[in-house]
This record gives sequence, C-alpha cells and structure tokens, in this order.
Amino acid sequence: MELSWWRRAKNQAATVVAIAAAILVVLPLLAIFVYLLLKGIGALNWAFLTQTPKPVGEVGGGMANAIVGSGIILLIASLVGIPIGIGCGIYLAEYSRNRFGDVVRFTADVLNGVPSIVIGIAIYSLIVVRQKHFSAFSGGVALAIMMIPTVARATEEMLLMVPNNIREAALGLGIPKWRTALSISLRTASAGVITGCMLAFARVAGETAPLLFTAFGNQYWNLNPSQPTAALPLQIYVYAISPFDEWHRQAWAGSLILIIMIVAAVAAVRIATTRGTLKGVS
Amino acid sequence: MLDSEHPRNTPDPVEPAEKPVISIPALAQAAAQRKTAPLSSALERIRRSRPISSRLPDAAFGWLVLLTAISVFAIVVLVVWQLFDKSRLSLHQFGIGFFIGRNWDPVNGDFGALPFIYGTLVSSFLALLIAVPLSVGVAVYVTEMCPMRLRVIISFLVELLAAIPSVIYGLWGIFVLAPVLRDYLQPFLAKTLGWTGFFTGPAYGLGMLAAGIILAIMIVPIIASITREVLTAVPQNQREAVLALGATRWEMIRMGVLRNARIGIVGGVILGLGRALGETMAVTMVIGNRPEISRSLFAPGYTMASVIANEFSEATGDLYLSALVEIGLALFLVTLVVNACARLLVWSITGGTSGRARA
Repeated sequence: MELSWWRRAKNQAATVVAIAAAILVVLPLLAIFVYLLLKGIGALNWAFLTQTPKPVGEVGGGMANAIVGSGIILLIASLVGIPIGIGCGIYLAEYSRNRFGDVVRFTADVLNGVPSIVIGIAIYSLIVVRQKHFSAFSGGVALAIMMIPTVARATEEMLLMVPNNIREAALGLGIPKWRTALSISLRTASAGVITGCMLAFARVAGETAPLLFTAFGNQYWNLNPSQPTAALPLQIYVYAISPFDEWHRQAWAGSLILIIMIVAAVAAVRIATTRGTLKGVS
Repeated sequence: MLDSEHPRNTPDPVEPAEKPVISIPALAQAAAQRKTAPLSSALERIRRSRPISSRLPDAAFGWLVLLTAISVFAIVVLVVWQLFDKSRLSLHQFGIGFFIGRNWDPVNGDFGALPFIYGTLVSSFLALLIAVPLSVGVAVYVTEMCPMRLRVIISFLVELLAAIPSVIYGLWGIFVLAPVLRDYLQPFLAKTLGWTGFFTGPAYGLGMLAAGIILAIMIVPIIASITREVLTAVPQNQREAVLALGATRWEMIRMGVLRNARIGIVGGVILGLGRALGETMAVTMVIGNRPEISRSLFAPGYTMASVIANEFSEATGDLYLSALVEIGLALFLVTLVVNACARLLVWSITGGTSGRARA
C-alpha cells in the first residue's frame, strides 16, 4: 500500500527535528570549547603557571597558587572521600542483607542531590565556625562529601557485577570474607571502581560553590591546609565577575587549564571503560 | 552517561546480556542475580568453627565497612541538623511569612524570600522549557535514527557537556552568550513577542533569560542520558510490532517507543529540574542579582542559591546569616522532594540501580 504524503512528510519532519535537536545540543559545547581555546591560549604563558596574582592594575601575574591550592584541596577530598565511598560500596554490595542497606542507599542518593551550596553552608557551620577561620581542610571535606555518593554507588554496582561463583570459590578455599571482599571482589571490579572514583574526582574538580565559604580563596602562596587557600574555580569566578580586562583574560586561561584537567580525566575514564572492565571475567 | 554502558545483572531486553564464559545452570544464574553471596549454612558453620584469631579480622572488617556506611547516613543527618539549627533564629522571627515576604532589606533586618523563590522557579522552568524538547530530540535521534558511529560521538559530546564545570558555563555566559542575547536575540524577541509582556524592557543581555538558557545547556545532558537509557529499555519487539503494522519510523517512535517510555522520561525531566534548582555558580554569574519580581524575562533576577553564594560570607548579624541558612534549608527540602520523585519514577521503569543521577 502506498504511504499517504502526509504521513511521509510527518516522518521526514520528525527526522529533521531530531537532527536539529542534536545539532543544537552539540553547538554550545563546540562554542564553549572554541572560545576557551581562542581566549585561553592567548592569555596563557609561563608566568601564568608560575606566578601568584598581581594587584589590580598591574599586568601579568598568574594563578600558580590557585593551581597548587586546588591540588591540595582535591587531594584532601580524595583521601577522605574515596576510602569512605569504597567502604560504603563494599558494605552495600557484600554485607547489606537488611533494611539498613536500603536506608544507606537512599541517603547516598539524597546526598547526591543536595545542592553543592548547601553542603558549603553545612561545612561552614560545622568546621569553619569551630576552627574560627577558613581552611583548605574544610574545603576538602566539603568536596569529599560530594564525592562519597558517586564513589559508593559506582563501587556497589561494579561489585554486584562480579560473579558469585568467584566469591564462592574464594570462600571455599578458606579465604576469610574480608580478604575475599578486598582481594577477590574489589580486585576483579577494580577498573570499574577506579572509573567511578575518577568520575567523582572530575565532578568535584570544577566545583566552586562549596568552596566559597570553606577554602575561601587566597591571593598568596599557601601550603598550610589549615589556612585559607586559593582554588582554580574560585579564582576564575572572582576574576570573571571583576571589571578588569586583564583579569578576564586570566579567567579564560584558568578555565582552559581547568577544562584540560577535567577532560583528561574523563577521556581516561572513557578509554578505561571501552577497554572493558569486567568483560573478561563475567 | 558512562554507567549506562555497563551491563546490568538483570538481562537487558534490547542488547542480549553478555554471554557468561562458564555457562551456569538456571538455578545458579538465579542465585547470581541475588544481591549477596548465598552462603550455604554448612559453609557458615565451617567459618564459625574457626579460631577467634582468624575470625577477628573478619569481624573488624565488617564493622569497618558498616562504619563507613553509617557515616554516609550521619553526614546527611548532620547537614540537616545544621541547617535547622542555624536557621532557628529566622524561623522564629518570621515564621511562614518568610516565604511570602517580598522585602529583602539586610540593613533594617527585614527578610522575605519570595523574590529568590520566584527567580529559582522561573529560571528552572524556563530551562526545562528549552531543555526538554532538545534532550528528548537528541535521545530519540541517538537511539532510533543515527548511524552507530555517530551515536558514539554524540553520546560522548553530550557527556562532555556534563563534565564542564559550572563556573566555566558562567564565564562563557557573561562574555559570549550575554552579548549575543543583547545584540541579536533580545531585540528580535522584543519585536516579535514583545506584546506578551515577557520580553519587554531594556536588553542588558544578563538577566533571567540568560540564566534560563545557561541552565538549559547544563541540564540537557542529564535529561538526555536518562531518556536514552529509558528508550533503550523499551523492548525491541515493541518497535517491530508497530513497524509490522505498517507504521513509518516516526509513528513507530511515537507509538511504540515514546509512549512506553514516557514515565521514565518524566523522571529524567524531574531529575534535571532538581539540578537546575540547586545550580549556583553559572546562574549567579549571569542572572543579574537583583531581588525583584518582574514579569519580563529581560529583567535581572536573583535565585535562592545565588543569594547564598553572594551574601553568605559578607552577612553581618545573626539574623541575616540565619535568614540565608533558612533559604538553604528550603532549597535542600525542595530538591530532596524533587529528586525523590524523580528517582522513584526512573526506578519504576529501569528497575533498581540504573538511571541514577549524574548531577
């Protein structure tokens, strides 16, 4: 039977609309990357990577202290967040045969949805107010809290994919359960767990809102984690909303550095996952 | 997103589950789908019979992981308790009037949150209005229409969109999007749709419209990835059945796919809404930051998250601080409800662990 022209036209229109949607979605991404490269590379130089910010009006200076500060904060976040997240994932996958597992799973999802600025407020009143000053440590803890749910759920999902007969084989050989969980299950799932950790890392690396009243920012070198510390996203924010052209240029350069760090992490994750995490064993 | 690529325990109706290397009989397969290792009671008894020195590390490890699980629970409790505790002053002083007061006057100690609530709601709904058709379109294109190679590329690009930090969206919004809006889109909208009252007044570029557009770009990846996941969960024979009746491809998508997936798509949309409501930095940078309620989308506004970001570290006086924390509390409760609804909807479609928020 011949298709009516009307139905054929509708079919074609739908295809065109879908393609247009795909283009419209990809377009801003390309625009952002093009502008980052155009404006960022122009402002990027050796001084930017090695010097601290100059006072307003002086040309030059850089964000070296912010890059290092971000490194410190992210290191603290990873050291706190990843072990707790993985432990929680192990509990959910290997030990939670009760209602409490569901409660933890639900709270992890709640935590995942909490706006980052709200976590900033909570850490401010829990740590900063008590310590009486802003610090890299409090910023790291705020970011760690944001990493935990992602790491925990990724670990759980990966562990659940490990076939049970591997576990049973280990237990059957008389290997204690903790050893089985760590050396057999977690080891088998390690590629997926690392993927989850890096995704969580990439997600918090660009976070600004929780650092506003925890790490606070700093114009000078600071390597002491109990003092206010500069962070790359914070510095970008401050420079972007400032009225100075020189600072705007530096904000673009800082954004380029930040995005390069994050895209490298995401690409690494992508390569790790396409290589196949569990495909060999399951 | 990435985790949608991972094969699940539950057999995927569309793509056949990975073939196990060792083929296990049906009973064992059923056991493998259970969450925890089924330890036969005999094995359990053997483990119990072991000397205390070998049981101790086991118990210690069990307690350790339990402790980390409890800590997740404790963090949420602590956050909620802090929010309630620190906003007590403002809760007492203003009561429910806080949420309908239109005045935000830190100097005279008069605080009403309505302009911020209005700004958050309007910018988020504007974002949904733009993002939902785009993300559903892109998801349909990726799952139903496009060639395999392009599918991987587009999914990867959309994934990258989710990885861009919000502060970079803000930077781009200020220096690229806002001038474009000011010079091209806003004059055009004022001329064609000015009579509606939504597109009047001076075109600054920065304002509610810019915030809505930036938010839309940011939530497209969430809605698109969940929609894609839900669409792939629609059984292949649904498609085949509709096609066999002589439907065109579009009719197949409309009747066989979208109709089956609509609840899951709504779940994804609500999840996107949750992200939009709590988004801080990008919105703060482009919305203009003025606590006013204006009908025109060209006018500057203010959102709950951005007032906290801007004023929290400069707030003088306990009442001011407490009022800001109360806004944070309200934001937390709203996103909690929104996310819970979304998750239930998505879970009811994809079943269990999948469809988890990337936000």
